[in-house]
Amino acid sequence: MSSFSAVVPSGSWLGLIGPNGAGKSSLLRAAAGVVAHRGQVLVDGAPLDLRHRSRRAALVAYVPQEPTLPDDMTGAEYVMLGRSPHIGYFSMPGRGDRAMVDDVIDRLGLGAFARRRLGALSGGERQRLVIARALATEAPILLLDEPTSALDIGHQQQALELVARLRDDHGLTVVSAMHDLTLAGMYSDRLVLLHEGAMVAEGPVAEVLSADTLAEFYGVRVTVHHEADGTVVVVPRRDRL
Amino acid sequence: MTGPSHPSSASGHPRLWVIASIVVLAAVAAAGAMIGPAGPDWWRVPLAMLERIPLLGADGLGISSGVTEREWSIVWDIRMPRVVLAGIVGAMLSLGGASYQGVFRNPLVDPYLLGAAAGGGLGATLVITTFGRSGLDWPVDPVPLVAFVFALGTVAVTYAVGASFGGLRTSGTLVLAGVAMVSLMTAIQTFVLQRNSDVVREVYNWILGRLSTATWSDVLLVLPYVSVSAIVLGMHRRHLDVLRVGDDEAIALGVPVARVRLVVVVAATLGTAAVVAVSGLIGFVGLVVPHMVRLMAGSSYRVVIPLAVTIGASFLILADIPGRTLSSPAEVPIGVVTAFIGAPFFIVLLRTRQVSR
Ligand SMILES: Nc1ncnc2c1ncn2[C@@H]1O[C@H](COP(=O)(O)OP(=O)(O)OP(=O)(O)O)[C@@H](O)[C@H]1O
Ligand SMILES: [Mg+2]
Repeated sequence: MSSFSAVVPSGSWLGLIGPNGAGKSSLLRAAAGVVAHRGQVLVDGAPLDLRHRSRRAALVAYVPQEPTLPDDMTGAEYVMLGRSPHIGYFSMPGRGDRAMVDDVIDRLGLGAFARRRLGALSGGERQRLVIARALATEAPILLLDEPTSALDIGHQQQALELVARLRDDHGLTVVSAMHDLTLAGMYSDRLVLLHEGAMVAEGPVAEVLSADTLAEFYGVRVTVHHEADGTVVVVPRRDRL
Repeated sequence: MTGPSHPSSASGHPRLWVIASIVVLAAVAAAGAMIGPAGPDWWRVPLAMLERIPLLGADGLGISSGVTEREWSIVWDIRMPRVVLAGIVGAMLSLGGASYQGVFRNPLVDPYLLGAAAGGGLGATLVITTFGRSGLDWPVDPVPLVAFVFALGTVAVTYAVGASFGGLRTSGTLVLAGVAMVSLMTAIQTFVLQRNSDVVREVYNWILGRLSTATWSDVLLVLPYVSVSAIVLGMHRRHLDVLRVGDDEAIALGVPVARVRLVVVVAATLGTAAVVAVSGLIGFVGLVVPHMVRLMAGSSYRVVIPLAVTIGASFLILADIPGRTLSSPAEVPIGVVTAFIGAPFFIVLLRTRQVSR
């Protein structure tokens, strides 16, 4: 990553888009404090690096693009990991933590998987548990790296709607990397287009998702429809001979 | 989804498992005290114990076992220290194994990985070859002492080497450094032994592990290290669960990964080195008991850590019983018995679990 600077107002949703290798994941990893990086991530005007690690973890929940899911861990045990930042160093999860985990599991409709081993779940079921783990943290900032890439269209909507509803109810700030441009546009307030490690476009959804911009940085031919309700639909085009 | 669901009690009933395993441990320990050559009739042993509790014996309730002082001394001075030491050693090895497996995120790791056993073995070899074993009448037996120091020293060097290459963020280099150090220590030991072939048998006896010479002073020697180790590891069992999702995600979840790894390795190594020093190299327990526990009660370290202690202890006490009773012509080394009993049991457990899944 070379140049990046963006201000994400609290309670808003920033979508990161860009072709493979553009630097979306690297940016989110830096923001989550997982990789060494130059520059600063400021939250409420204070650098995130300077906060105590469990404070930082309670502030920022991170869903990696390829999460590690131990095969023999159960769904509920996995979601409980999201409570870690709130549990004292020498303490164990309490009643409140368990209630929170049960609640998130219920809201995502994951009750059937709570007792099952992660190794015995489908890709989409695992991905929903990863989202559940992030939500169980109750962090005001959510960093989501391709959170719905393995989900069917129904569960994509369910998961993203839940995030959107939580954002509305609790003023969560969301930064998500998504490859599905239509979906990214539908949920984000603003989009950032990354290309080869640099920010090349930034702005409201309708501005960034223009056929010309996408052609330039993705090298694709697309049609962009603007629906009456403001939804921007990006459809790949195939020129038949 | 209907009705109340309590998904987070997911891993069965951990508390029940712990209670059941404590009952088993008590039963196994009692059997250990009652069974053995010489000594009183087996059923008199519990009576003899009760008799010695104030208010229950001759001056109180009047329980009388009819066990002579001589017979009692066989139970108390010979059998009991051996049972207790077997319990401590078994508990520590499987606890150390489970902890190592946790911080290295590798199920094939045992507590000897970073050189605790190889270093201890070399230390013991050096003492025995230099001074001889039998002709030694020092006030303090130097073998366990030197073995302990060598075991700790070897692991410290392994850690320093691994850290200097890979940083403490990756556990892979540490494992490789361990492999290298173990080979080096073993090679030096073999070299020393070749030049002192007259004590090979003595050294071999030590290496194969033995509980037969256990005394209460051995128990007191290891108890402090094992207790500290067990307390520290127990306090980190939740962190071991978080580490299962990998270093990066554990960091994002607020866990100080490098520090947890260091603390857990130091604690597990301290306890392991202490038990190696008094009991030699007992194999199999540290690698396999944690897996037995996982197959029975689930893989969360919040259950695995306490159960590794109780089941590891029961396992080694049990494994030591045949060695004591079938001791002719020569006692079978405990390390051989553990594998002999444990391997088939483990295979059966693996099979039944595979079927039920
Ligand atoms: N650990 C690393 N060391 C060196 N280079 C890396 C590392 N991780 C990623 N990169 C490089 O940085 C660039 C950006 O990677 P990143 O994973 O951020 O891309 P991305 O935008 O998330 O792509 P995708 O859409 O494929 O997930 C890539 O060229 C990648 O090869
Ligand atoms: Mg990526």
